[in-house]
Amino acid sequence: MNLNAIIPYILPVLFALVIVALLPLVAGYIVLVERKVMADMQVRLGPMRVGPHGLLQPIADAVKLLLKEDIIPESADKLVFWGAPLISVTAAMLALAALPIGPFFQIADLNIGLLYILGISSLGIFGIVLGGWASNSHYSLMGALRSAAQLVSYETSAGMAVVGALLLAGTLSTRGIVQEQSDTGWWFIFVAPVGFFIYLVASIAETNRAPFDMPEAESELVAGYMTEYSGFRWALYFLAEYTNMVVVASIATTLFLGGWMRPFGNTRAFNFLDYLPPLLMFLVAGYCFRRTPKQPVQVQKMFMAAVGLLCIVVALVLIMPLAVPRDSYLATSKPGIHGAFWFLFKVAAYIYVFMWLRFTFPRYRFDQLMRLGWQFLVPLSIVNVMMIGLALALHRQFGWPNWISFPLCIVLTLVAGGFLLATGEKHEHPFVGEVGEGQEEETPVHA
Amino acid sequence: MADRYSGGGVNVETTVLGADEIILNMGPQHPSTHGVLRVKLRLDGEKVVGSECVIGYLHRGVEKIAEHRSYQQFAPYVDRMDYVAAVSNGLGYCETVEKLMQVEAPPRARVIRTILTELQRIASHLFWLGTHALDIGALTPLFYCLREREEILKIFEKYCGARLTTHAFRIGGLQYEAYDELEKDVERFCKGFDKRVDEYESLLTENRIWVGRTKGIGILTAEAAIAMGVTGPVLRASGVQWDIRKAMPYAAYDQYEFSIPTGKNGDTYDRYLVRMEEMRQSRKICLQGIENIPAGPILGKVGKVLKPPPGEVYHSIEAPKGELGYYIVSDGTTQPYRVRIRPPSLINLEALDQMIRGHLVADVVAIIGTLDIVLGEVDR
Repeated sequence: MNLNAIIPYILPVLFALVIVALLPLVAGYIVLVERKVMADMQVRLGPMRVGPHGLLQPIADAVKLLLKEDIIPESADKLVFWGAPLISVTAAMLALAALPIGPFFQIADLNIGLLYILGISSLGIFGIVLGGWASNSHYSLMGALRSAAQLVSYETSAGMAVVGALLLAGTLSTRGIVQEQSDTGWWFIFVAPVGFFIYLVASIAETNRAPFDMPEAESELVAGYMTEYSGFRWALYFLAEYTNMVVVASIATTLFLGGWMRPFGNTRAFNFLDYLPPLLMFLVAGYCFRRTPKQPVQVQKMFMAAVGLLCIVVALVLIMPLAVPRDSYLATSKPGIHGAFWFLFKVAAYIYVFMWLRFTFPRYRFDQLMRLGWQFLVPLSIVNVMMIGLALALHRQFGWPNWISFPLCIVLTLVAGGFLLATGEKHEHPFVGEVGEGQEEETPVHA
Repeated sequence: MADRYSGGGVNVETTVLGADEIILNMGPQHPSTHGVLRVKLRLDGEKVVGSECVIGYLHRGVEKIAEHRSYQQFAPYVDRMDYVAAVSNGLGYCETVEKLMQVEAPPRARVIRTILTELQRIASHLFWLGTHALDIGALTPLFYCLREREEILKIFEKYCGARLTTHAFRIGGLQYEAYDELEKDVERFCKGFDKRVDEYESLLTENRIWVGRTKGIGILTAEAAIAMGVTGPVLRASGVQWDIRKAMPYAAYDQYEFSIPTGKNGDTYDRYLVRMEEMRQSRKICLQGIENIPAGPILGKVGKVLKPPPGEVYHSIEAPKGELGYYIVSDGTTQPYRVRIRPPSLINLEALDQMIRGHLVADVVAIIGTLDIVLGEVDR
């Protein structure tokens, strides 16, 4: 059989295997990074014991969770309880199939790519609702109900934000959307900043992350829908949550942040930015080598050095296409390698914003969350779509230049947003009437 | 409370939509009930229609123990009531016994007592702020608060060797002379502390989410607060200017200038603001205190064996959580005949049911946090 004929079939399978195999590890390390970022913001060190700087912590955690007793509550619906986490994880992983990590690394370039991702990722809610219901516990049930309501509300605005990007790109194919941004050189975040903002907020809510972590809400519902879960079943939910984070970050990167594109990808003057990725990796490697002698145990020294070496290897891989002559075979791999780097870099930055918000803000109350969703985000996202349509129409039908039509429409959207915010203020406290007394006015403390 | 709600799912009523009310058992093992409080909530969806507090999981019989200990021996036990503010507990007990015996602590002891107690108030409020913010979902302030609390605990450690349950004072004065750098340490802490409070405020006070979660939540009117005997910052946030440090000065409070912050609406936000301002005021008292610590003895004229004359006495102080009162009956022996403690946490907790009605489950957590209860003190 001709090798070239079967490559299109083998390659996606390989990619899929790589993703499925690596994803739990990646999720584990996102957890570690989250703990480290949290520690940094909270004047602490975070995990430091397992491996140098806690680098092996995710593996230790995974082993611990695997070895834990598998408890299914007696009054639980066993089959559903057993299957629910699987639904969550599967749905989260499936969504990754259509996302292009670099121009070559993609499992399937579906022509309905975005529709597929939106459809699949909303299936994940079944895992949460079923798991919460099957646990037969009040906390779980309330977590599950909150989750269902929250997801439905925020999927609406996230979907509308996505529609904005679709209008701009004119295609549902994820690769096509990035290609469009790459051709014009304008990332959609600059053309539709409000759309990006809506998607950012909605995606935090969709992944059940603070400040919208109602379904889990540690201080209220103990652990929400996963209260009764323990051991590896619990870990599966965790895996699903972090995979979902990767998915929404990837969607945002693809739709708004130019996917695998380098910043200023079309400008020759900024070509020096190509050297940024290898330089970054070299710096990380340098840090690792510098810290190596300071590790307390021999094993940790070796591990630290190994991490440093790994960074050097990555750096070499990144620098290779730049170092070889422009027309050689190796040089053609540059978009693939560097594209993957930039894509992952943007995804990481997006996830960092998630963490940053989580550690800064208190949690919304459930009704406030719904109000924010329906009274602010949904109308705003509809206005956003209309305005993008208007800008496109002004440009295409009436021949207005882009630099007038788009800023005009962005300003109009912002005005609409301000208006929504101002009118929404009035409905702040739903219980004021019931509990009594006028407490609408400002409350100075008289010192 | 039993007539309003008898738990266990017996009196489940059907609500308007034909759905059953559910009964949610919050605690005693729950992340935000501050220890081992158990609250039975009757919920209509997520809305609270009734509640019942179940306490006693941490009951150790502190008052009973007192009847079998000499006056000095009992002093360390009171540290274990409100273990977040052990110094204040000790001050209250020592002053009560002194009042019973009609001795007075010398001026030097009183000033040092005041300084340490005010530091303890700051530490207690810091701990409250951190956990309260954590209950509402803000993770980070807790660690900033603990950082400053650590500095206070270090001062305690330098002074008496203990950090948490300090047993810092003795009946009649102090056991330990202040260490040499006490003034310097307190001054260094106070100098930096002002900015730190601003830092917490910058994270919370004008945060939209924080305001949304606290304003108008758990309103307690001044009349209701007084009727229920609520004291401390909870009472002051309802607009009642009542602070025992001013009303019935003890220790050295009559020498210092400070103001009593009060709120207006009696909601969770006001209680937050009141406590923030109280931390600033406590800092002010500490700074005034270290300016001039009088020289002289640290222990008044008390013997090795304490035998107060028969009689009874009630004395209360303004602990960080409210009015902490001790009522001691002496029969003339070395052991108290009866000790009754008025714990501010317990009495403030009684307002919980009234405050959470009509609110959501999320608010219950916020309101428990804003009451600033310590279960060691509630249960004793």
